[in-house]
Amino acid sequence: MNFLLILAVVFGILVLVRIANVAQMAAELSGESEEDEQDKSNKWNGIGFMMFMILGLALMVYCTIQWMPLTLPVAASEHGVEVDKLMDINWMVLIVVFFITQFLLFWFAYKYRYNRNRRSFYFHDNNKLEAIWTIVPTIVLAGLIVTGLVEWNKITDRAASDKGIKIQIYAKQFDFTARYSNWDNKLGASFFRNITDENPLGVDKNDPASKDDKIAKELVLPVGEEIELMINSRDVIHSVYLPHFRVQMNAVPGMTTRFHFKPTITTAKMKEITGNANFEYILLCNKICGVAHYNMKMPVRVLEKDEYKAWLVKEKKVFEKAPAAPAAPAAADSTSKPVAAAN
Amino acid sequence: MEVNQHSQMATHHDDHAHHGHDHHHEHEESNNFFAKYIFSTDHKMISKQFLITAIFMAFLAMAMSLIFRLQLAWPDTKFPFLEDIIGRWGKDGKLDPGFYLALVTLHGTIMVFFVLTGGLSGTFSNLLIPLQVGARDMASGFLNALSYWFFFVSTVIMCASIFIESGPASAGWTVYPPLSALPQAIPGSGLGMTLWLISMALFIASSLLGGINYITTVLNLRTKGMSMTKLPLTIWAFFITAILGVLSFPVLLAAALLLIFDRSFGTSFYLSDIFIDGAPLDYSGGSPILFQHLFWFLGHPEVYIVLLPALGLASEVISVNARKPIFGYKAMIGSMLVIAFLSFIVWGHHMFVTGMNPFLGSVFVFTTLLVAIPSAVKVFNYLTTLWKGNIQFTPQMMFAMGLVSTFISGGLTGIILGDSTLDINVHDTYFVVAHFHIVMGSSAIFGMFAGVYHWFPRMYGRMMNQKLGYIHFWLTIFGVYGVFFPMHFLGLGGVPRRYYSNTAYEAFGSFVDINVIITAAAFIGGLAQLIFAFNFFYSIWKGKKAVQNPWKSNTLEWTAPVEHLHGNWPGAIPEVHRWPYDYGKPGAKEDFIPQTVPYAETPESNTPDDLKH
Repeated sequence: MNFLLILAVVFGILVLVRIANVAQMAAELSGESEEDEQDKSNKWNGIGFMMFMILGLALMVYCTIQWMPLTLPVAASEHGVEVDKLMDINWMVLIVVFFITQFLLFWFAYKYRYNRNRRSFYFHDNNKLEAIWTIVPTIVLAGLIVTGLVEWNKITDRAASDKGIKIQIYAKQFDFTARYSNWDNKLGASFFRNITDENPLGVDKNDPASKDDKIAKELVLPVGEEIELMINSRDVIHSVYLPHFRVQMNAVPGMTTRFHFKPTITTAKMKEITGNANFEYILLCNKICGVAHYNMKMPVRVLEKDEYKAWLVKEKKVFEKAPAAPAAPAAADSTSKPVAAAN
Repeated sequence: MEVNQHSQMATHHDDHAHHGHDHHHEHEESNNFFAKYIFSTDHKMISKQFLITAIFMAFLAMAMSLIFRLQLAWPDTKFPFLEDIIGRWGKDGKLDPGFYLALVTLHGTIMVFFVLTGGLSGTFSNLLIPLQVGARDMASGFLNALSYWFFFVSTVIMCASIFIESGPASAGWTVYPPLSALPQAIPGSGLGMTLWLISMALFIASSLLGGINYITTVLNLRTKGMSMTKLPLTIWAFFITAILGVLSFPVLLAAALLLIFDRSFGTSFYLSDIFIDGAPLDYSGGSPILFQHLFWFLGHPEVYIVLLPALGLASEVISVNARKPIFGYKAMIGSMLVIAFLSFIVWGHHMFVTGMNPFLGSVFVFTTLLVAIPSAVKVFNYLTTLWKGNIQFTPQMMFAMGLVSTFISGGLTGIILGDSTLDINVHDTYFVVAHFHIVMGSSAIFGMFAGVYHWFPRMYGRMMNQKLGYIHFWLTIFGVYGVFFPMHFLGLGGVPRRYYSNTAYEAFGSFVDINVIITAAAFIGGLAQLIFAFNFFYSIWKGKKAVQNPWKSNTLEWTAPVEHLHGNWPGAIPEVHRWPYDYGKPGAKEDFIPQTVPYAETPESNTPDDLKH
């Protein structure tokens, strides 16, 4: 095997030496001057650029048609629909610019290939042209910036509001846990020094808000309700990525990050839309977090509101039994302040 | 060393004849092997040292990418030869998931820093700054040599980290803490990360030594008549790049130092509230986000440190080979300055989803998208330069045009990523991988190839084989688009980057075919680079002898004799009378007028504008 490999490499090098030599010799023997040789190269490479453009663009269009169905289905959240619209507008602008500029580049390559009887056009400055291609992109970009920022403000303003069902996503190497605020819509405080095997999220037992908190290894969401994800990590940076909802926010140790969104399509409905009976939403870790990064995920389901309530009732509480003895106070050092996951 | 330099000069004045023969026999001039190849302070030799080191590193990093591409295309297949190459990391022909991340990390680190920063700036700033501004050497030949040797030591340390037991750094090339700070989190964050940080610290020292030298040389050592507005665009690009490096690399050094403190001395700059390996850690009050701010404060200018020299090389190559002046010379300089300025205030677009204040995000969206304006100006200027040109398809011209093509393609997708709203869903997916590999990776490497093909005769006194150059170009551009175009669809499908395997997800099963296509294209692209390597080394010894000005070029480097001598010109340094882009000037006898030709000698082609000078 190794011997064959070495043989192949040696053989490859010999072939290249031959090509290099033969090309040089052929040029000398054919009696063609170097200029003739260069003319031929210019002709063939000019045609090559034209062919590359035509075939390349055709192939791009073909692949796009083939592969678009593989990209994400319709957005399953309120803001996601707007994000997708914005994306479509951007694509339209970009594709037009892409085709025009690439066409000009390759067409000029072909059209203005070397001709020894011709001189190039001595043209090196034109303020009007420069102004045009400074101002036109500026206007187009201004449009894209404004539409983008309007949408960005809408998405992030939701986070400023205090509405929504509070759900904590707690990340660690290499899984996610969801904690549901349940009926009081308040999440009990959590602190990393409280973490034990029984209390993997380090929830504060003495916080009354934590009494009804429920915990699950899947993220279940009621359709049509505003959700406030409160995201924490206990070890390294992770990222909560819900591609079908156009939601992503990093989980950073030492701070709470948030994302507000409203799911609009139940899992059952999405199965119909995609025509895939096995369709499931998913939450992925999207920030390199260790060796098993690629296996860090959590199933996501979107249910009707009553289904959601029925499901939540059956889930287990963070502290199933009332604690027999008051928990030992956390050995927090005075310099670190607990990070409250609840407001 | 100084003595050596003077003696060389003396030799030249005494006897021109002995430079007629092959430069390998110039022992009498360079005393011995060590003085010539190791402790050389000649910028031309140092540039070759950078280039050869970078080529070696590029092949290493490319081999790494091919190994992880195999894994991504055929996640369930065993490749027994892996065990022969990478030993226990490829036990039974299966790539170890931890080592996969190490490969990804090193591929990025090596390509970004060692190939496209050290290799590109190191090679061409060193070669071209003294030759094109008309200087005998860099302002400080000694610092220049020091710059290379810091670079060399840092590459050696980076390579050494591959062979240690706990494996090389594997937290991604951006080395975000806490992952990079805690050996408990990933094995690569042990000794491997320590070596990575030491290597980077040395690399930064090298980069700074080089940078101050480039800036000083451009400002102080220009020959008579070479005003700043008569500089070739290559020099402007290297000059601006060096300023960017000098301003931003120290910030990376600061970030790295704080990380070293956190890792080794128990400080908490980046760490807080961590529970790992069954125990809480005592770090308190730090912020992992701080590291990202510091890192990207370098990281974004770094993109332009990589790209600007490539654009500069392309400007020169396109103008020479289109036999036409570059369109909008001053606009080109202006747009580079604007890009350079903006590059310092856009770093936050790497951090839209870190929980950074959304208002801050809005500001970064605004500044980021502004970068598209000077970039568009550059593209249109390139296109206008080609318009009604007389285009010679030398391999360097084809690579320069490839650069324009990839710069457009990758630049456009940047508009999507720079828009915080759209970034939410493509952040850290393959869309990003596709974007930056096209706009930064491919464009910069195309620029580097254009530079190598164009200035090879200047470096080695011989020509590279053009036929092999054509094959190299066509396979490479096919490989580049074949690898990175399909990746956009993975990204739009929500496939995260840095995943060892996507088979764990039902949703991503349909992407297996695309991954096979990508890997196949990657191997074709890789094969093309072997052709380049062969052509490069074969031509050093066996290439056709070069004439003094093989491309009929205007710039000063082609007025120096083919044979290298320390000091560049045997007699007086040539004087400059005109800008470097008088190609195809109406009325001129030939279609080019070198910078050294005074207007008094070209009454037939002078324009009223010229007389103002």
